[in-house]
Amino acid sequence: MRREGSAFQGLGVVMLKELSDHLSSIRFFVLELLVLLIAMVTVYAAAMQIKETTAEDPFLFLRLFTTSHEPLPAFLFWLSLLVPVMAIGLSFDSVNSEYNRRTLSRILSQPIYRDALLFGKFLGGLVTLTTALVVLWLMVIGLGLLVIGVPPGGEEIGRIFVFLVITVFYAGVWLAMSLLFSVLFRSAATAALVALGVWLFIYLIWPILAEVVAQIIVPPDPRYAALGLQTPGTVELQTILSRFSPSTLFAEAVVALLDPTTRSLGPIYLSQLQGAVLGAPLPLSESVLIAWPQTVGMIASAILLFVIGYIVFQRQEVRA
Amino acid sequence: MSAETVIEAKDLTKTYGSATAVDHVSFTVSRGEIFGLLGPNGAGKTTTILMLLGLTEISGGEVRVLGFNPAREPLSVKRRVGYMPDTVGFYDGLTAADNLRYTARLIGFNKTDREKRIADALDQVGLAEFADHHVGTFSRGMRQRLGLAEILMKGAQIAILDEPTSGLDPHATTELLGIIRDFKAAGVSVLLSSHLLERVQTVCDRVALFSTGRIALIGSIGDLGREVLGGGYVVDIEAEGVGFAERLALIPGVSGVEKTGVGRLRLHADRDVRSEAAAEVVAMQGRLKYLGVQEPSLDAIYNRYFETRPDEELAMKEGARHAA
Repeated sequence: MRREGSAFQGLGVVMLKELSDHLSSIRFFVLELLVLLIAMVTVYAAAMQIKETTAEDPFLFLRLFTTSHEPLPAFLFWLSLLVPVMAIGLSFDSVNSEYNRRTLSRILSQPIYRDALLFGKFLGGLVTLTTALVVLWLMVIGLGLLVIGVPPGGEEIGRIFVFLVITVFYAGVWLAMSLLFSVLFRSAATAALVALGVWLFIYLIWPILAEVVAQIIVPPDPRYAALGLQTPGTVELQTILSRFSPSTLFAEAVVALLDPTTRSLGPIYLSQLQGAVLGAPLPLSESVLIAWPQTVGMIASAILLFVIGYIVFQRQEVRA
Repeated sequence: MSAETVIEAKDLTKTYGSATAVDHVSFTVSRGEIFGLLGPNGAGKTTTILMLLGLTEISGGEVRVLGFNPAREPLSVKRRVGYMPDTVGFYDGLTAADNLRYTARLIGFNKTDREKRIADALDQVGLAEFADHHVGTFSRGMRQRLGLAEILMKGAQIAILDEPTSGLDPHATTELLGIIRDFKAAGVSVLLSSHLLERVQTVCDRVALFSTGRIALIGSIGDLGREVLGGGYVVDIEAEGVGFAERLALIPGVSGVEKTGVGRLRLHADRDVRSEAAAEVVAMQGRLKYLGVQEPSLDAIYNRYFETRPDEELAMKEGARHAA
C-alpha cells in the first residue's frame, strides 16, 4: 500500500523546534558548560605539557587532543566519556515526554507522518550536539593557539575536521540509543536510567567482559605465554568482541586520525611490517582509510538503533 | 457517500489480539451536524476516533472521512479534520500563540496567513488577551479552549473532540459547549465523545450510545427516548388566554392535555404537534409565551436500555474495568 505525500513533510519544523528547545534548555546549558570547563582545563594542561616537552613535532596541534597531564586524562578521554552523557541528556525524554505532556496525538493529528516527528527529533538532537562540538573544537583550537603559539598546518586542520565528523557520528549512536529508550519507556526517568546503565556497561564492563569471554572461548596458548606474548587467536577474538562497543570504535578511529603514525588498529604480524618505515606519518587519506571500518560501524550502529526505534514507534498506539 | 455525509463508517472493527475493542460499528455524520459518541470509559469511543484519524490501524470494515480513506490518505484527512484529544496537552514553556504557531507550521500555513488565523482563533475562543501567556499558567478550561482554537485556526471542516467537557467546572462546560455550537453555526461538523451524557446532550443533534465496542442505540435524543422510554411527545405550552385546553385536545395525535400551572398546559401526543398547537393558540387570539418539546434525559435512556439488557451492562462494565 503506497502512502500519500512525503514522509518528511514537517521534518524541518520538528527539527527546528527541537533545536530551539535544546539550545534554550537549562539541561543543555549545564551539560555544555561541564564539557567546556573540563575540555578547557584538560587542553590547557596538555598545551603546557607540550610546551615543556616537545621541541619539534609536525603534528603539534594534534597532541592537544591526546596528551595527558597527570592527574588529568587527555581531552580524548573526556570526550569519549562526556559525549554519550550529552547525547543521552538530550534525547532520553524526546518521545515519552510527548506522551506525558499529552501532546503526541494532537501533533500527529496534523498532516505529518510519524516518520517526520521521530527523524526530526533525532536530527534536532544531532544538530544541537554538532553545534556544541563545533564550539568546543573552536575553543580548543583558540586556546591551543594562545598557549602553544604555533598555528596548525593544513594536514592538522584536515585531521581535526575529520575527528569532529567522527565525534558527531559517535554522538549519533548514543543519541539513537537514547531515542530508542524514549520510545520504549513511557517514564522518562526509566529511559534515562536504562540509557545510563547501558552506557556504563558498554564503557566500563564490556571491555573486561570481552577479554574474559575471549579467554574462555580461545584459551591462551602456554607457548606464547612462555615467550611473554599474547595468543593471536585470543587477541583477535577480544578485538572483535570489544568492537561491539561504540566507545571502542570511536577510540580506534580517533587514534588512527590523531596519531598519523598509526598503521593498523588490530594485531600486527611481522609479515605486515615488511617494507614499512616505522614512525613515518601516513597521509590523511590513508589514516581515514584505516579509520573507515570503525566509522562505518558507528554509522551503521546509529542507523540500526534508529530503525529499531522507528519500527517500535510506528507500531505504538497513540492515545495521549 | 453523499455530498452531505462527511463521515461514513461501515462495520468498523478494531481488535487487539483476541480482544475486540470496536465491533462492527456503523454510523454516518452529516455536514454541519453535531454527532455524539457516548458511553462509559472503555466502550470503544476513543479507538473509533483514532481509526477515523488514521492514528491506529483498522482491523476490519471501511471508513471515509470527507471522501478520503484515513488509512491510505491520512494527510488529506488530517489536513481537513481538527482533533482535540481527551485532556489536550500543550507545551507549557511556550505561549498560547507559539503553541498554535508550531501547529500552523506543521500544517504549512505561510507566515501572514498563520498570524491572522492564530489571532482570529484566539479571539473566537476568548483567549486573545492570553496569547502571549505561557500555557503552563492556563487552567484546564483555558487549555480546552486553546484546543478548540487550534481547530478553528486550522479551518477544519470536521472537529473531532474526545471528552471535551471532562474535568471542567459547570461554567467552563457551558462556555465550551457554546463554542461547539458556534462550530455548528459556522458549518463545521462535530463528532464528540463523552461519558458525561447529561452534559453533552444539549448540543448533540444525534448520538450513538456505545456499549462494549458496539453501538447499542443511534439516533436523535427524542427518537431514542421514545424508542427506549416509550410514550410519545410531551409538549409544554405557556400562553395568555382562555379555553385552549379543549381546542388543543382536538389536534390529531394528542392523547391528553394536562394543566401544569396558571396559563401552562402539557400535551401528550404520539407525534410533534408544536406547530399545530401554536396555530390553535394564535387562532384563539391567545398570546403564546412558551412552546417546547420535552427531551428525555440521555441518562434515563441509557439506564432504561441496560435495565432491560443486564447481560450487556455487565459485559460493558467488565470491558471498562479491563480498559482502565
